[in-house]
Amino acid sequence: MIALLRRDMALTFRMGGGFGLSLAFFLIVVMFVPFGIGAESSTLSIIAPGVLWIGALLACLLSLDRIFQLDFEDGSLDLLATSPLPLEGVVAMKALAHWLTTGLPLTLAAPFFGFLLHLPQGAYLWTFLSLLAGTPALSFLGAFGAAITVGLKRGGLLLSLLVLPLYIPTLIFGAQTVTMIAKGQNNTTAFLILAAISLFTLAIVPFSAAMALRINLR
Amino acid sequence: MLLTVDNLACRRGDLHVLTGLSLGLAAGRVLVLRGPNGSGKTTLLRTLAGLTPPVGGTITADPEAITYSGHADGLKAQLSVAENLEFWASVFGTLGIDAALAAFDLLGLRDRQAQNLSAGQKRRLGLARLLVSGRKIWLLDEPTVSLDAQNVQVFAGVIKSHLMTGGGAIIATHIDLGLADTDVLDISPFRAKSTDHNNPFLDEALA
Repeated sequence: MIALLRRDMALTFRMGGGFGLSLAFFLIVVMFVPFGIGAESSTLSIIAPGVLWIGALLACLLSLDRIFQLDFEDGSLDLLATSPLPLEGVVAMKALAHWLTTGLPLTLAAPFFGFLLHLPQGAYLWTFLSLLAGTPALSFLGAFGAAITVGLKRGGLLLSLLVLPLYIPTLIFGAQTVTMIAKGQNNTTAFLILAAISLFTLAIVPFSAAMALRINLR
Repeated sequence: MLLTVDNLACRRGDLHVLTGLSLGLAAGRVLVLRGPNGSGKTTLLRTLAGLTPPVGGTITADPEAITYSGHADGLKAQLSVAENLEFWASVFGTLGIDAALAAFDLLGLRDRQAQNLSAGQKRRLGLARLLVSGRKIWLLDEPTVSLDAQNVQVFAGVIKSHLMTGGGAIIATHIDLGLADTDVLDISPFRAKSTDHNNPFLDEALA
């Protein structure tokens, strides 16, 4: 299974447009906000946590359809399904590879992008921590959506429509975690719920997505 | 028997394709599936490989002994020949890809990216995966597509040595592989009639 993780990561780096694309998209979304709202630091610093979270979430969406679609098209998914690897393990490794190449870079970049939005002092660490805890849920929920839409021609748009509503809880508690700290409140509850959402999706998605894949491969 | 099929019915999507089909594959034997386009060869192989659940009947085989090779080779264009094969070797937990590369005359291409291979070379790499899988039952769907006459002979030689070591193969093909002693099964008589269906919505509509 480690071989699958290594292969998927090597492919993302070599394919071009996979790794840098979501980071660049994230930067552009974040930069657009001052253009649209105005550069007043007091306004920006209030909305900064939410903007960073929405930007990361949309950037994450860009590469979701690659998780299974390419393997489906070139026949690898058939071969993986008949290989000794459990399909649940295949899903988990592919979602993990997506997180390592998308969620993790976004998490590392977010504090720097927060600077562009006048993110309040003291919220930088929690922006990083909340994304670190929340982005695995984005990758795994996305893998579930990708498994359902695999095989559909131009399933990318449908995938976005399916997955975005599932992202709502992660967004609410992720952004809350940062906003409450910025306001000087205790954010423990929001952060723990965010972590719980991530752990829940990590536990359940490999099984539900593998089931969806089996049906789509028939 | 490596694989026994009894009274199998299978379908593709909502369409019943085959019904009442029985076959057996013994160690060291090749079974060639014949039938016109659309007669259900691919569907049968996908059902035997466990990708599609059968509608009826039984398949008796060790699922861990089966490997399937379809129309697509499952190659990654951005990986080299060796990387593609090493990936499958580690998935199947086998060691060494050199023997498989040598068998299909790919040693000279081992560092070339798969996207720069010709169609026939890609197919040879896809077939080399069968050797690194280390599995006994090969289910092959038109394995000789885009192979030239010489490489068809090479492939037939690989099949022979696979049979020698106690393996077996079910091959859907339209050409003569030149294997001396093969069983041939024409699947067209097992074609399901279009009225055989098992779709509850359709059943209600027609009742």
